[in-house]
Amino acid sequence: MPPLSRWFIKTALVCFVTALALGAAMQSRYLRTALPMLSVIWPTYIHLLMVGWLTGLIFGVAYWLFPRSDRLHPALSARLGWAAYGLMNTGLLLRGATEPVTALDPTTPVRWLLPLAALLQLGGACAFVAMIWPRVRAR
Amino acid sequence: MPRLSVWLIRTALVYLVVGFGLGAVMLAYKVTPFTPVLIARLRPLHVELLTLGWTMNLALGVAYWILPRRASDGERGGETAIALAWVLLNLGVLGVGFGQGSGAPEAPLIGRLAEAVAAGTFAVHAWSRVKPFGSGTGERRSR
Repeated sequence: MPPLSRWFIKTALVCFVTALALGAAMQSRYLRTALPMLSVIWPTYIHLLMVGWLTGLIFGVAYWLFPRSDRLHPALSARLGWAAYGLMNTGLLLRGATEPVTALDPTTPVRWLLPLAALLQLGGACAFVAMIWPRVRAR
Repeated sequence: MPRLSVWLIRTALVYLVVGFGLGAVMLAYKVTPFTPVLIARLRPLHVELLTLGWTMNLALGVAYWILPRRASDGERGGETAIALAWVLLNLGVLGVGFGQGSGAPEAPLIGRLAEAVAAGTFAVHAWSRVKPFGSGTGERRSR
């Protein structure tokens, strides 16, 4: 398994465990009272599952298993793959850190990091598609 | 990779980028004062494109490609069924996504029915290709 796939899949596993732990914590009345952030953390929870876990796992397995293409130089393919990894996970982390804070205090200056998080995640998806598109082809 | 898998997987990739793009717009507009109406309209499409559009097209495309071939002739078969599943799944995704966002009451129902028929069509095709090692030809050729 190539290093990029290992990074994608292991990061996806961390997101999986973190998301389910958050899901459990959100159900605890005691914890919601002690940590008000848990009452607004639903979007972080669902995006950790859908983007961090599921999409990260798919990216890692696709990079590993899809047929190689001679239309894209291997070095460029690897650079796009690492860009996808870095952009998507940085965006997800930034979103996870800023969205609950913004939900609790809509005037916080931190809210201006949300568009950056959005652009990073979109950039990650675009880099992945640019890398994998030439490898999805009929024989 | 068979041509139908290429259609399904490339459709999934288009949904991935469009779905993330809609998500980015929604997230960016959270910091502006006129967000609720826009977000309420975009959210159903964003959710549908990513939960069913991205993941289901990808899953069906990879499954059609990689499941063992039929024992009888060593082919995957089912081209018409898979093409029909692709059309129905994507009509369903777009119907539900746009229907919920626009408030058209019938579109989500019709869309969900189309998605269900797509799932059934694919399942009927795939059923006979899910088999133990050594029960037929093609496991090695399925890549």
